[in-house]
Amino acid sequence: MNAFATIRIAVRAVIRNKLRSFLTTLGIIIGVGAVIAMVAIGEGAKAQVEKAFASMGSNLLIIMPGASVSGGAMGGFGSQPTLTWDDLKAIQTEVPSVRLAAAQLRTNGQVISDSSNWTTSITGTTPEYFDIRNWEMSRGAIFTETDVEGGTKVVILGQTVVDKLYGPSADPIGQSVRIKNIPFQVIGVMARKGQSPIGTDYDDAVFMPQTTYRAKIQGSGLRNFIPGMIFVGASSPEATARAQIQIAQLLRDRHRVQAGVDDDFSIRNLTEMASAQQEGTKTMTTLLASIAAVSLLVGGIGIMNIMLVSVTERTREIGLRMAVGATTRNILAQFLVEALTLSIMGGLCGVGIGLLVANRLAAKFGWPMLVRPDIILISVGFSALVGIVFGLYPARKASLLDPIEALRYE
Amino acid sequence: MAGAPLILLEEVTKVYAMGDVEVRALRGVSLTIETGDFVAVMGASGSGKSTLMNLLGCLDRPTSGHLLLDGRDVSKLGRDAQAQVRNRTLGFVFQSFNLLARTSAVENVELPLLYAGVPTRERHWRAVEALERVGLGSRLDHHPSQLSGGQQQRVAIARALVSRPRLILADEPTGNLDSRTSIEVMALFQELGRAGMTIVLVTHESEIAAYASRVLVMRDGRVQSDQRRDPLRAVVPPEEEAHP
Ligand SMILES: Nc1ncnc2c1ncn2[C@@H]1O[C@H](COP(=O)(O)OP(=O)(O)OP(=O)(O)O)[C@@H](O)[C@H]1O
Ligand SMILES: [Mg+2]
Repeated sequence: MNAFATIRIAVRAVIRNKLRSFLTTLGIIIGVGAVIAMVAIGEGAKAQVEKAFASMGSNLLIIMPGASVSGGAMGGFGSQPTLTWDDLKAIQTEVPSVRLAAAQLRTNGQVISDSSNWTTSITGTTPEYFDIRNWEMSRGAIFTETDVEGGTKVVILGQTVVDKLYGPSADPIGQSVRIKNIPFQVIGVMARKGQSPIGTDYDDAVFMPQTTYRAKIQGSGLRNFIPGMIFVGASSPEATARAQIQIAQLLRDRHRVQAGVDDDFSIRNLTEMASAQQEGTKTMTTLLASIAAVSLLVGGIGIMNIMLVSVTERTREIGLRMAVGATTRNILAQFLVEALTLSIMGGLCGVGIGLLVANRLAAKFGWPMLVRPDIILISVGFSALVGIVFGLYPARKASLLDPIEALRYE
Repeated sequence: MAGAPLILLEEVTKVYAMGDVEVRALRGVSLTIETGDFVAVMGASGSGKSTLMNLLGCLDRPTSGHLLLDGRDVSKLGRDAQAQVRNRTLGFVFQSFNLLARTSAVENVELPLLYAGVPTRERHWRAVEALERVGLGSRLDHHPSQLSGGQQQRVAIARALVSRPRLILADEPTGNLDSRTSIEVMALFQELGRAGMTIVLVTHESEIAAYASRVLVMRDGRVQSDQRRDPLRAVVPPEEEAHP
């Protein structure tokens, strides 16, 4: 007997008892629905967090002077500089998993154009910084290494600053702005970045070469120390954690920190912070996963139960089929395919319902609606597996009936 | 094949073990049935008629002795080999019709061909042909619940015929039918017999047995008598002619 005929018989048997089939597969429907919704929620939330962190820079490590926690309070980072320019050079040259490193010196100040003024954050840095943070220009260009060496008076403006000083559609390239009464030439405008994960406006900032910053903005200070932080871009996402360990070791050696004594700097790994953000969705995911597991188990037992009923109900039919020539395998296949049909139909309904729920949730929380075809295939495959596992016993029972007794069954 | 009987039984016994008690349903039956025979098996209740039919039908195996079907010893076949013999060489007709409910006449008749691996289209036309042969060409799509008892039994006969078997086995095929319908069914069997089919049927009624060309009487698990005679010709009374 061919497979097509077997499937036709099975589908018919399932359709013949519509309500019964539906109730039987409810467990599978809920189980698969939960899996689909769960994955969609997880993926959606993950994508959102990832998007927010990606705007901060890829494979990013931030090194700050001072111990990470002092007495539970964030005890004045940067107030006591411990990182030196030589440290930065060492990080750039001696740590293989570091792709780029740049200092970030920052203060707040007023920027004045011909017609208006705006108080914003002023950053001194090097060209690598923009690469580390994935920041691009919408107009003009980034200042160069030569600008850094020469300490030229050039600035790059964030879009918010442009909006405030010149208006949204203006092109300020070549214009002059004054900071601390010193004229700077605008050479670039940053492409709009939006908000950081904690809500600060990335575009409300101006940037200049770190040498210019130190000479004109910061005033005199400790020449050897970096009055700010170091931003590090690791060579790959996998290298980020390795880079963190290597940099810590390097800095401890350079600062001659004794074993057992706390670091005099702290390193933040943004990849880790991103995963911490995802912890929140884990509870929901775990909950849905347990619903899915229990439902699939219950669904499987339901299928087994209804298949046993079906075998008993159709004992005479089985006897007759055997009398006209059905082999053990024919009968086994018939009932196994019937169980499989039930569970796969349940699985498909579950996928539909899961997608619907995921869609509603995505709309509600403003997540992207992410459908993973592999998960759909896996869940339908898993329902099929449930059908086979729980359908096997009833099908075997049917196939081993004695034809004479089956024909006589009342 | 001339000379070789279709069925040959040699000292066949069947013993059912019911806990400590042994029920000896057949106590040594030796018998030959030739191709084209129309045999009626009679005997008191419990004499072993159904047991004999189950053995002939390869639904069971003898406890001892040999059973040759078409020259082949089938007394020790495994389950699936038995199923194959049933599918290829035998056709069954039951007292209670045993049609699949909510399934059309054609599909009921197609069933043996399904397990023989006959392709869909051939299955269909052969089933239609078999139904036409039993006079139900106009009832192809009727479900069993839409057919009379006699019509249902004719669908069952069409199902037994469709695989062109060597032998048709019928255990009390008229047991659930009134006398007029019984004659209709017997007329059909006689027609098949004239076409060269071998038929073995069990009956309690001597009026029915009269249509067969050979009558076998069983008693206590043995063949008591075995007689050939001229069969009565089954003629359906012409009045109140009501069929298709
Ligand atoms: N599966 C079985 N287990 C035990 N004993 C059985 C079984 N089948 C039949 N028997 C016994 O074997 C004997 C013969 O039974 P069988 O069914 O062949 O009788 P029968 O001639 O067909 O009777 P009836 O005319 O009532 O149908 C009976 O005594 C019956 O009780
Ligand atoms: Mg009987």
